[in-house]
Amino acid sequence: MIRVLNWVDERFPVRKMWAEHLAEYYAPKNFNFWYFFGSLAILMLVIQIITGVFLTMHYKPSSEHAFASVEYIMRDVPWGWLVRYAHSTGASAFFVVIYLHMFRALLYGSHRAPRELVWLLGCVMYVLLMAEAFMGYLLPWGNMSYWGAQVIISLFTAIPWIGDALAEWLRGDFVVSDATLNRFFAFHVALIPLVLTLLVIVHILALHSVGSNNPDGIEIKKNKDERGHPKDGIPFHPYYSVKDLVGVVVFLIIFLGIVFFAPEFFGLFLEKDNFQPANILQTPPDIVPLWYFTPFYSILRAVTYPLFGMDAKFWGVVCMGLAIALFFVLPWLDRSPVKSIRYRGWMYKTALTLFVISFVVLGFLGMKNPQKVDLFWFPNLVWAQIFFFVYFAFFLLMPWYTKWDKTKPEPERVNFK
Amino acid sequence: MVHEMGQDEAGTGKSEFQMKRFIAFTLAITVSSWCAAATEDAPLDAVYINLSDTASLQRGARLFVNYCLSCHSASYMRYRRMGEDLGISEELLKEHLLFAGEKPGDLMQATMPANYAKQWFGVVPPDLTLIARVRKPDWIYTYLRSFYLDVGSPSGWNNTLFRNVAMPHVLYQLQGSQRLVSDGAAENGKPVFRLERPGEMTPEEYDESVRDLTNFLVYLGEPVKLNRYLIGVFVMLFLAVLLVLSYTLKKEYWKDVH
Amino acid sequence: MDDLVDTKRRRFLTQVTATAWAVGGVFTAVPLIRSMTPSARAKAAGAPVAVDISALETGQMLTEEWRGKPVWIIRRSQQMLDELAKLEDVLADPDSERSEQPGYAKNTHRSREPEILVLVGVCTHLGCSPVQNFAIGPASGLGDDWPGGFFCPCHASKFDLAGRVYKNVPAPTNLVVPPYKFLNETVILVGEDDGGVA
Repeated sequence: MIRVLNWVDERFPVRKMWAEHLAEYYAPKNFNFWYFFGSLAILMLVIQIITGVFLTMHYKPSSEHAFASVEYIMRDVPWGWLVRYAHSTGASAFFVVIYLHMFRALLYGSHRAPRELVWLLGCVMYVLLMAEAFMGYLLPWGNMSYWGAQVIISLFTAIPWIGDALAEWLRGDFVVSDATLNRFFAFHVALIPLVLTLLVIVHILALHSVGSNNPDGIEIKKNKDERGHPKDGIPFHPYYSVKDLVGVVVFLIIFLGIVFFAPEFFGLFLEKDNFQPANILQTPPDIVPLWYFTPFYSILRAVTYPLFGMDAKFWGVVCMGLAIALFFVLPWLDRSPVKSIRYRGWMYKTALTLFVISFVVLGFLGMKNPQKVDLFWFPNLVWAQIFFFVYFAFFLLMPWYTKWDKTKPEPERVNFK
Repeated sequence: MVHEMGQDEAGTGKSEFQMKRFIAFTLAITVSSWCAAATEDAPLDAVYINLSDTASLQRGARLFVNYCLSCHSASYMRYRRMGEDLGISEELLKEHLLFAGEKPGDLMQATMPANYAKQWFGVVPPDLTLIARVRKPDWIYTYLRSFYLDVGSPSGWNNTLFRNVAMPHVLYQLQGSQRLVSDGAAENGKPVFRLERPGEMTPEEYDESVRDLTNFLVYLGEPVKLNRYLIGVFVMLFLAVLLVLSYTLKKEYWKDVH
Repeated sequence: MDDLVDTKRRRFLTQVTATAWAVGGVFTAVPLIRSMTPSARAKAAGAPVAVDISALETGQMLTEEWRGKPVWIIRRSQQMLDELAKLEDVLADPDSERSEQPGYAKNTHRSREPEILVLVGVCTHLGCSPVQNFAIGPASGLGDDWPGGFFCPCHASKFDLAGRVYKNVPAPTNLVVPPYKFLNETVILVGEDDGGVA
């Protein structure tokens, strides 16, 4: 065994990589709950890829057979139902994990210098994950799949001059059709997962080169012992590998709990309209994307006024794009001298709270009919417009409120028990 | 919906019904009304779905094959799977549930070709394999009990839950024919029917049969539901053990960290 | 600090936990591997096939499909059956000791009824389908003493009229006899016998 390892090691730096990224990668010892979601995101990627490969063995990417082939997987393929439910639940679970992972950054300033590149890579992966989920959602060829794709692709027609031609090019047809399904399949199973996997590796390499942030938002590399290891750091392996195992089991209990006991998750993960095949003649009464897109869908629908000679549809698409794009510039909008929320003042704390509320409420409203009243007093549309401003204020006012905010001094060493 | 003939039963049985419904809900057996509530406001009658009631599923299967399968397909489902899940032997399957020339491994296809159906009803009758996942069980239960005589409609029948539906009242021999007394403005939104000519069943028997059929349709929508929960329980138990072990191991290693 | 660590306990816990995780890994792999076994559709397509042989004349063969494989049914003449007993010396497995067939077909004629032969028409060498060559002697092109049988064009394996393989050819065993039974005198059910569905 050792000889084999030596043989390989002479030709490929296995031991060096093991040391660099696991056994001698020093991570701050004060990681808390929020630091589970990085490894869980990797777990989700692995689950989706494995279940996806096995689904691909039985799925047929054609408008004629796609729907039936999914039911074939659910009934005729031994254990196919489990693979399929794990994959469909996995899509939602992946977004839950990613949103919490991103929220962690906002809490402790993980996106800020020197980790801007880690954050930017993460943002690119987030956008790719949205594309992956959107294209995957068309594959069952249910009625909601079909109309969801129709609506989202139509967003591109809002782009002046080239919009119509662009949408047609994306679909490969005048409506969403067999051609669209086939190319979405190609992107969903081959290109995007490949790029995502590569980006995950780059994301981790970039992180390990600058070192992990921690709930105190201070750099542990500033305090090293005589051997050159950070005094507040512990080797990732075995300490965080065994700790992450606990996180993984707790996560699996929740995840598999949903897979086995509520895979539809009350119509949120598998929508009832998607249990009938795509029907070009019958639009479902309420077309809504799955929950992880609804905050942005709300923002899209909240814009109802034309401006500067462009119609509301155009501005809706612009605002939706902006709502996502603003995440990319976050490291440069934040002017606070401290990173962690522990040492920030009331302004950032309030802003972040309002932002989370607006994200959740916009997400809720995105699933509802804009004309109806599901909260208090006003129709959903009005609430969406109110939280639209809250959402954007978080980003656009950030340079000011983070500068004026009264911060507390950061400690020299991390807080640990 | 309240049958005038059976009004008393419907009244007194209500709390028990709700109780049962609550149990069904906590067992996560009924599909939640959470999402659909926003779109469909018509009042529905609650149906108690119990997939462990094999006898009910067998009766439902028989009704389904005899009354539904002539026009509607369940084209993602195989007879053999149904037989295995519901404890119907291959012999009984062949004798009672298969049409001539069909094999147990076949998919459950309608006897009537789709183009004939289109000519007769104006629409192709939808595939019913997944109907209980598209519509709620309560909807199906209420729908099958809401047909009434209507001279104005092409089939002679109409339905309070699904206005001007192309489908005639296939189960009228069992239920008999009823007329619409009130559209339901008064009775907490539920329509009132008067049974004009009784069928082969009493209203209670008919309701019970429709429950069997609805129960079967819920099974048909997801056959694996029968053992999904059971497997899930074992998975949870295993994970619980894994959690204890992993947590102990973590505790052990983290003794080093001060 | 480090001297307080109970390494024995630590090693034990690591081993137990690693084992539990490995068991979990196996539990995860089983459904995935099972999902690659024949589905209900494949099984339905591979269901037993009933074949009517009332029109099959003596010395003739018909081919049916069962599980995507050709199944041959041959009605042998008395002369053909008589030949079988004489071939023992040239056959590799004349008594079907190493070959695959139901118990009732483990005899010289390899069938339930002597004259009716049921075979899976797939060469036991590498899966080609042999061709029938019932001509006798020089007319067959397979030598002067060829008594009629099957010849695999892929790698020249030869089989007699009971599907038994000749010596010195690539195929290792006799052609497979599938499970079958007579539903009545003229209808054979291929793929199922009294022992159940294959």
